[in-house]
Amino acid sequence: MTVQPGQCNCAAESFTERDVVAIVEKYGREQDQLLAMLLDIQEASGSSCVLREWAAIVAREIGLPLSKVFEVLTFYSMFSTEPRGRYLVEICKSAPCKMCKSDEVVAMFEKELGIKLGKTTPDKLFTLMHTSCVGACDIGPVAKIGEDVYGDLTPEKVSEIVNSYREKN
Amino acid sequence: MQPDCKNINLIIDGVPVSVPEGTTILDAAKKVGVKIPTLCHHPDLKVRATCRICVVEIKGQRKYKTACSTEVWEGAEVITNSPGVQQARKMVLELILAEHPQACLGCLRNTKCELQALTAEMGVANKNRLKKTVKVLPLDDCNGAIVRDASKCIQCGRCTEMCQEVQTVGAITTANRSMSYDVTTAFGKKLRETTCVYCGQCTTVCPVGALYEHDDTEKVWAALADPNKHVIVQTAPSVRVAIGDEFGLPAGTFSEGHMVAALRRIGFDKVFDTNWSADVTIMEEGHELIHRLTNRGVLPMITSCSPGWIKFIETFYPDMLPHLSTAKSPQQMFGALVKTFYAEKAGIDPANIVSVSVMPCTAKKIEAARPEMNDSGYRDVDIVITTREFARMIRRKGLDFCALPEEHFDDPMGVASGAGVIFGTSGGVMEAALRTVYEVVTKKELHALDFKAVRGQQGMKTAEVDLDGTPVKVVVVNGLKNARKILNEIREGKADYQFVEVMCCPGGCVGGGGQPVGTVRKTKASRMEGLYTADHKMNIRQSHKNPAVISMYKDFLGEPLGEKAHHLLHTHYTPREQQ
Ligand code: SF4
Ligand code: SF4
Ligand code: SF4
Ligand code: FES
Repeated sequence: MTVQPGQCNCAAESFTERDVVAIVEKYGREQDQLLAMLLDIQEASGSSCVLREWAAIVAREIGLPLSKVFEVLTFYSMFSTEPRGRYLVEICKSAPCKMCKSDEVVAMFEKELGIKLGKTTPDKLFTLMHTSCVGACDIGPVAKIGEDVYGDLTPEKVSEIVNSYREKN
Repeated sequence: MQPDCKNINLIIDGVPVSVPEGTTILDAAKKVGVKIPTLCHHPDLKVRATCRICVVEIKGQRKYKTACSTEVWEGAEVITNSPGVQQARKMVLELILAEHPQACLGCLRNTKCELQALTAEMGVANKNRLKKTVKVLPLDDCNGAIVRDASKCIQCGRCTEMCQEVQTVGAITTANRSMSYDVTTAFGKKLRETTCVYCGQCTTVCPVGALYEHDDTEKVWAALADPNKHVIVQTAPSVRVAIGDEFGLPAGTFSEGHMVAALRRIGFDKVFDTNWSADVTIMEEGHELIHRLTNRGVLPMITSCSPGWIKFIETFYPDMLPHLSTAKSPQQMFGALVKTFYAEKAGIDPANIVSVSVMPCTAKKIEAARPEMNDSGYRDVDIVITTREFARMIRRKGLDFCALPEEHFDDPMGVASGAGVIFGTSGGVMEAALRTVYEVVTKKELHALDFKAVRGQQGMKTAEVDLDGTPVKVVVVNGLKNARKILNEIREGKADYQFVEVMCCPGGCVGGGGQPVGTVRKTKASRMEGLYTADHKMNIRQSHKNPAVISMYKDFLGEPLGEKAHHLLHTHYTPREQQ
């Protein structure tokens, strides 16, 4: 299904209880696989988050209090309990990147995506956020989208990168 | 001190002291008359050592140690109050105070707050050098039992330890880390939207006014002020050995006479006793047990008088509900009878009766509000106040509790047996039941009334009773972690018991979630003793021999488990969702 920018792709709604249970089962319902389960859910959900209702299913299936799942979700900064874009655009805010003007990179993305740092685009495709060092200081300031890291950025390059993700959807 | 236990010699503030191996510096210091300040530490909970207010200096070491978590060692030289230590403690306190509302005058914990006391002791008030960054967070006060004021939370973690580890309910948890570290519920929801069972144990360990009981005293004052209302009160067994704490009496003092007098002065039209309905509970529950034993009913039968426990089993073990006795709790039996039996006897329109109860328990507020608890045709118990709220009413009335001449309960619902009085402690319901069941089954007189095996604060106590050739195995648990253990055993078919007593709070009602601030294991032990001593002094120590109960059955109810009893005194349970 192709989704036009500006149109809701309703990712969160098409991700159901059955999908959550399938992930829990994949990890043998083991309590010590909680982290892996939550990461998978966040990834598969299409909204880069773990909603309360999904956390509740995990808790029920593996026999932990919901509060314990919540504790884990809030302890690690990679998790979100609020829906985010399908793609997380993460700009490094560590000292070396700051020195070579990561703020300008933030501004470039803000302009291209039409949102402020910390916000999600209306089409729910991108969330723009800060991250800690991604270990690519040599090409800093860097932006990370999913597993891909981009450096030596210019406004043109940013536009190109963003469009490549838009086209995927 | 066991003889085989090694002793450790050390010096604290220049004073030599010898303590058993494994003692913490905190406890060792008490022996030389030094009180080291604490905040996250609670004597009955696992040590977390997160607040660092208790730091001390060790001679020869640069880094300070936390006294609550550090065990003594041979030859240690501890300095508890050097200028450096004072400075470090001040810093900890100032950081907390910078984020704390400090609204003491309007705070329920005013004069009973550990943070307030510490601030006064350390002379930090008004001298805080840090900028104030108080966060105003929403107050959670919509469940009718427990209030959570997160703005006042100092993140000590005592409540999470209690809720997660001791009660295994898991309603409150820690969240986030470093600067945004927080104590909250899952997804920041209100307690009503969590698995909270309203046991109130978190309110008894919170050092500040961040967790406390929902106050219903205004409702009581309003009822008392209404000339058209006949306001009666019942008092739970354990209140009479706890209320004295609030007025400076030694822990465990049996102050029934003062308590009754105070209630009369406050203005109740009749002062009755839940011990009376505890005896009624034994009549019903005891006969139910006999019925199940002789008719191949669901066994083991589990007691049902602790409402936090009821919510727990409904939430976490709904498949086990058939094990619960259908007998209502003494509070609810009393409520159903006061608006029927008493109303009839006294010639009062039940519509005009306001039935109030004084309970050691926050969950009792929820129990009274359950939709099915209106078998009298009205709400059976209208208002529930805890021991703490009762103390507040005594103060507001301006009564000098200890100076009040002692008085007696009113008739007919104020006459109780020794079995009724011990309901207030873990093991008491079991003992009371056995005293009656034995005689009903064997038709012989029971001479040894004390069942010492089920007494005390251990989390799990077992005993075997010989009912004229039929051995009955019983187990008594207190604290929900232990309840969980027993339920798992029963579910797995590993438990060979016929009768199980469960009380939600550690130690039973003497340690209830509505008891005075500062209740710890030692206090509970004194209260237990107070109850057993009172029982021992009584002439009638068995429920079925209570003349006021016998005549109530004769004139009004008929037989235990009979039709009327069934309608008024028995109930049903509701499976609940976990999240
Ligand atoms: S919690 Fe303690 S310090 Fe804070 S406002 Fe209440 S009484 Fe004062
Ligand atoms: S009242 Fe009991 S169950 Fe509820 S939060 Fe407090 S300790 Fe947990
Ligand atoms: S609510 Fe009370 S017990 Fe719980 S962490 Fe906050 S201050 Fe401590
Ligand atoms: S009381 Fe020792 S660290 Fe908190």
